[in-house]
Amino acid sequence: MCRRGFSHWIYVAPALIILAFFLLYPAVHTILLSFTDRSGEAFIGLANYKFVFTNRVMQTALRNNLLWVVVFTSMTVGLGLALAVLLDRVRYERIAKAIIFLPMAISFVGAGVIWKFVYAFRPASVGQIGLLNGIVVAFGGQPIGWLIERPWINNFALIFVGIWIWTGFCMVILSAAYKGIPKSLLESARLDGATEWQVFFRITFPLMKSTVAVAATMMLITVLKIFDIVYVMTNGNFGTEVIANRMYKEMFQFRNFGRASAIAVVLLLAIIPVMFFNLKRFREQEAIR
Amino acid sequence: MTERIVRALTRSPLNIVIIAICLIWILPSLGLLISSFRPAADVTISGWWSVFQTPFKFTQFTVQNYIEVITDQGMGRAFINSLFITIPSTIIPILVAAFAAYAFAWMEFRGRNILFIIIVALLVVPLQMTLIPILRIYNRLGLSGSFFGVWMAHTGYGLPFATYLFRNYFGGLPRDLFESAYIDGASRSKVFFRIVLPLSVPAIASIAIFQFLWVWNDLLVALIYLGGTEDVAPMTLQVSNLVGYLGRDWHLLTAAAFLSMALPLVVFFALQRYFVRGILAGSVKG
Repeated sequence: MCRRGFSHWIYVAPALIILAFFLLYPAVHTILLSFTDRSGEAFIGLANYKFVFTNRVMQTALRNNLLWVVVFTSMTVGLGLALAVLLDRVRYERIAKAIIFLPMAISFVGAGVIWKFVYAFRPASVGQIGLLNGIVVAFGGQPIGWLIERPWINNFALIFVGIWIWTGFCMVILSAAYKGIPKSLLESARLDGATEWQVFFRITFPLMKSTVAVAATMMLITVLKIFDIVYVMTNGNFGTEVIANRMYKEMFQFRNFGRASAIAVVLLLAIIPVMFFNLKRFREQEAIR
Repeated sequence: MTERIVRALTRSPLNIVIIAICLIWILPSLGLLISSFRPAADVTISGWWSVFQTPFKFTQFTVQNYIEVITDQGMGRAFINSLFITIPSTIIPILVAAFAAYAFAWMEFRGRNILFIIIVALLVVPLQMTLIPILRIYNRLGLSGSFFGVWMAHTGYGLPFATYLFRNYFGGLPRDLFESAYIDGASRSKVFFRIVLPLSVPAIASIAIFQFLWVWNDLLVALIYLGGTEDVAPMTLQVSNLVGYLGRDWHLLTAAAFLSMALPLVVFFALQRYFVRGILAGSVKG
């Protein structure tokens, strides 16, 4: 650790100034607005927060976001980690990685069109144009309204789109970390007779832990703010509402800035436990290096 | 020989799993690709896989969708605008974030942890909430409609992620590296440019990829801060105008989606070779 001089402020100042302007100032502005009425003028105390936790649609949104948090985060990070490690062993690593990464490169409008093609639903009497129902009907089943059947089928259908898009992100940053582990370390463990599972759990995973935490944190934040997918595919109908989509509606459709701000503040508060976990992790990292 | 067969057999479950995942991942995009070559009328009648029943009947394919998108007035200009927005919006946040992350990881000063936590927590601020307050200031400063304003906005929105990832990567570099450099009398800036940055190529590459494609695919920020005029509109804006409100002409969207995907994929392939093993090898003694 270098303790000389004051030049550290020169290094952090540009970032702090830009962030203060583009994110911190709007965040404070939002917090203040969350205690005011729809036009942002009269102070109304905690009424907006009461709305957030008692309104029926908001409760559905909170429940769905919890489902998103659990399924989306574990699947993207787990699958991304598995792919980062496994693809290192096959010769077609580059092309396979490109395929998994591909959905990240598609704009969300494009992704919306793609998945409307996959989930398209038509009555059994006419030909199916959706891939999933095409498969179901080919095996003699009845077509399913993937985006309509509540609450499980449609929510999982939407969450899968999220997993499809974001697994590539986790794979890329986890793969960069995996490539940073010296190969000799893994080879010598194998020579000493360790099984592949032992190598993974005793060497690979501990060395990748900090990057796994970064990926998980990023996915948690992404999922708390998840908006595009729901907005394009169902716009929150059929019991698929999520918090950020509701915020968007309050702000741009109902023009209720107070409520929209209160929803944003709840998102901000939800991330605090994750931040404490990260702080603890960085302290550990500094203690051992 | 037998050894090779045994190895191939023990590895085949791995290959089957990987190929199955790849298939699931690529099928939806493949459907879009095939649909983009079909006439608009056919797409609503039958599934895209029906082309495989008569794969050599070339009359069922058309490049009309692509021609309409490419020859659209202003699409060339929009492509240039997209590049002009995206490249600085990728480079500036990487530089600013790397500087800050270096200080957060390897310098000791008061408020270091709390400042860093605030930066990462800002990741969760919904973009939509920032648009109106920032736009008001932009209007007062005369920055709305300028490329500079958009570069800085994308820098602001990209900084928390880049700082977080860099801080984590820099923090994992071995301590000996820094101590021996400082003992040799190297300054902080010398250590940053000669040691930290060259060793962080994989982290820089991953941040560059994501920042590039987020900015490239962005519609909202460009729409709000640049306005919709044709001389500054990026491709996303041009495409959304072409496709129309609520995507009525979405057969054009299929073609446009593939055209706008091409450049981020090129960037991905170009930067993929920097995700290499052993970049730290030889930098410190065992």
